[in-house]
Amino acid sequence: MAFIPHTEADVAAMLATIGAAGIENLFDEIPPDLRVKSLAGVPPELNEMEIGRLMTERARADGAPLAFIGAGAYEHHIPAAVWAITTRGEFYSAYTPYQAEASQGTLQLIYEFQTMIARLTGMEVANASMYDGASATAEAALMAVRANRKSKSARILVPTTLHPHYRRVAVTTAANQGLKFEELPYCTAEGVTPSASLARYDGQDITALVIQQPNFFGRLEDVDALTDWAHARAILVIAVVNPTALALLEPPGEWGTRGADIAVGEGQPLGVPLCSGGPYFGFMTTRMEYVRQMPGRIVGRTLDAAGRAGFTLTLQAREQHIRRAKATSNICTNQGLLVTAATIYMSLMGAQGLARTAAAAHARTRELVAGLTRVPGVHLAFSGPYFHEAVLQLDRPVAPVLKSLSNRGILGGLDLSGYFPELGDALLVCATETKTSADIDRYRACLSEVMQAARAA
Amino acid sequence: MSTVPADLKYTRSHEWVRILADGTVAVGITDHAQHALGDLVFVEVPEAGRAVKADEPCAVVESVKAASDVYAPLAGEVTAGNPRLKEEPETVNTDPYGEGWLMRLKPAPGALTSAAFLSAADYRKVLEAEGG
Repeated sequence: MAFIPHTEADVAAMLATIGAAGIENLFDEIPPDLRVKSLAGVPPELNEMEIGRLMTERARADGAPLAFIGAGAYEHHIPAAVWAITTRGEFYSAYTPYQAEASQGTLQLIYEFQTMIARLTGMEVANASMYDGASATAEAALMAVRANRKSKSARILVPTTLHPHYRRVAVTTAANQGLKFEELPYCTAEGVTPSASLARYDGQDITALVIQQPNFFGRLEDVDALTDWAHARAILVIAVVNPTALALLEPPGEWGTRGADIAVGEGQPLGVPLCSGGPYFGFMTTRMEYVRQMPGRIVGRTLDAAGRAGFTLTLQAREQHIRRAKATSNICTNQGLLVTAATIYMSLMGAQGLARTAAAAHARTRELVAGLTRVPGVHLAFSGPYFHEAVLQLDRPVAPVLKSLSNRGILGGLDLSGYFPELGDALLVCATETKTSADIDRYRACLSEVMQAARAA
Repeated sequence: MSTVPADLKYTRSHEWVRILADGTVAVGITDHAQHALGDLVFVEVPEAGRAVKADEPCAVVESVKAASDVYAPLAGEVTAGNPRLKEEPETVNTDPYGEGWLMRLKPAPGALTSAAFLSAADYRKVLEAEGG
């Protein structure tokens, strides 16, 4: 299907048909004082050659550092076929056309994506994707308030071990809609949320509990105990999960006795490059029971009038173009192109390939932790299992150490002192299957040098 | 022409109200409303115990082509949502004034006497004016 912009003649014909003198007249109803006169801070346009050159120069300024930063975005090997197929003309649009059923291939791809994500999470139904993991978490909280009809409080319990950006996005998105986010403390020795800390909420009206697995520190939460505690009190459970980790860990659909009620996450690890922070995509799944409360598009499989199988957008009555202001959510699109890449990535990797990737990332991170904690003045912050990230504590401020490492071409991790000051000089590190033993040894050697130099200074 | 039973009260937004012997009221949507919506695929009814204000949206009826709110015809407390509609939403299409009721309400003090319901004859005029 072609995507062709309107010609000037098209625009003139449309304006003539509706009797408008010009496009500006269509915006008459917006009061003049609300309209932006000029866009300060937006530079003038560049042509393709100029923008190409600017971006190449900027990319060169980044260099090609060896990155050990995770914290929500993970460097994984992406088979070359993923983007070769994704950028084919048939797929290369971020949008499903407005007459969506005209694009059966696009709809089938989304349907396959939903099926794969539902299987990966062990949940009954998935939508066509969200903007990113953080906004999916915010939407899950809003959805829980609609779905949990026994609760009137709109109180959402959020562990401090949830990604701090996710928490901020959830608060920004939902606080003005009456949701109250309450932070659950974590155990500073183990870096997880102790079930015992929940006892103070017994007997209170709580709408939902958020559980991130692995949590922001890379540690594994006791998801079964947390889920069962919530369900025994009619509290819904929102799982925030890493899709790579799900190849090895218990899927949210099997947490505790009943499984999580909503599972969301950041889809970037599934074939999307780091790209300086985006665009990424989020995914969202739930039980069939709550499907009408789930935001976003859903593709279904059906039969046409002649009995042939086909794909169609379904459950659209929840959406903006039908329900207007009362729609389930203002999310009425999805990250189509990134979902295309993720679907191809998952198809190429298969369940076994994804499990091997997850196992390799875990093994590399163990190797990294073992190597770095041999450096004097470096130790592991928390005891207990982790997936592909871990928190290290240094005997000196992290920021100057990271700067020195960066000068040596190594991005050493995320400085946690601004987010979690109670952990002192803490550093979150990550290694995936993309790191070799030689890479890890180079990091260890550089860190050793940097720490020694700092001590001598 | 859709059915408009003479013994019920009506609203302009196409709900019907039946005053029951125990002082509670049953509420549903009219034959005209179910016909206009088409085949219902989902009905969301309120939970028992919920307090509603007059004209507050308190139920949702969803067909293959639209989803509409149902408004509380008067202030009160929900005593029951029709449990049958969860599995059989089409009951609203087949029996809108009987088994397809949506909710039962216990009217707030004075709410029943002050409510400005339409009689069957007046509701019929509303439908004629709407071209139905």
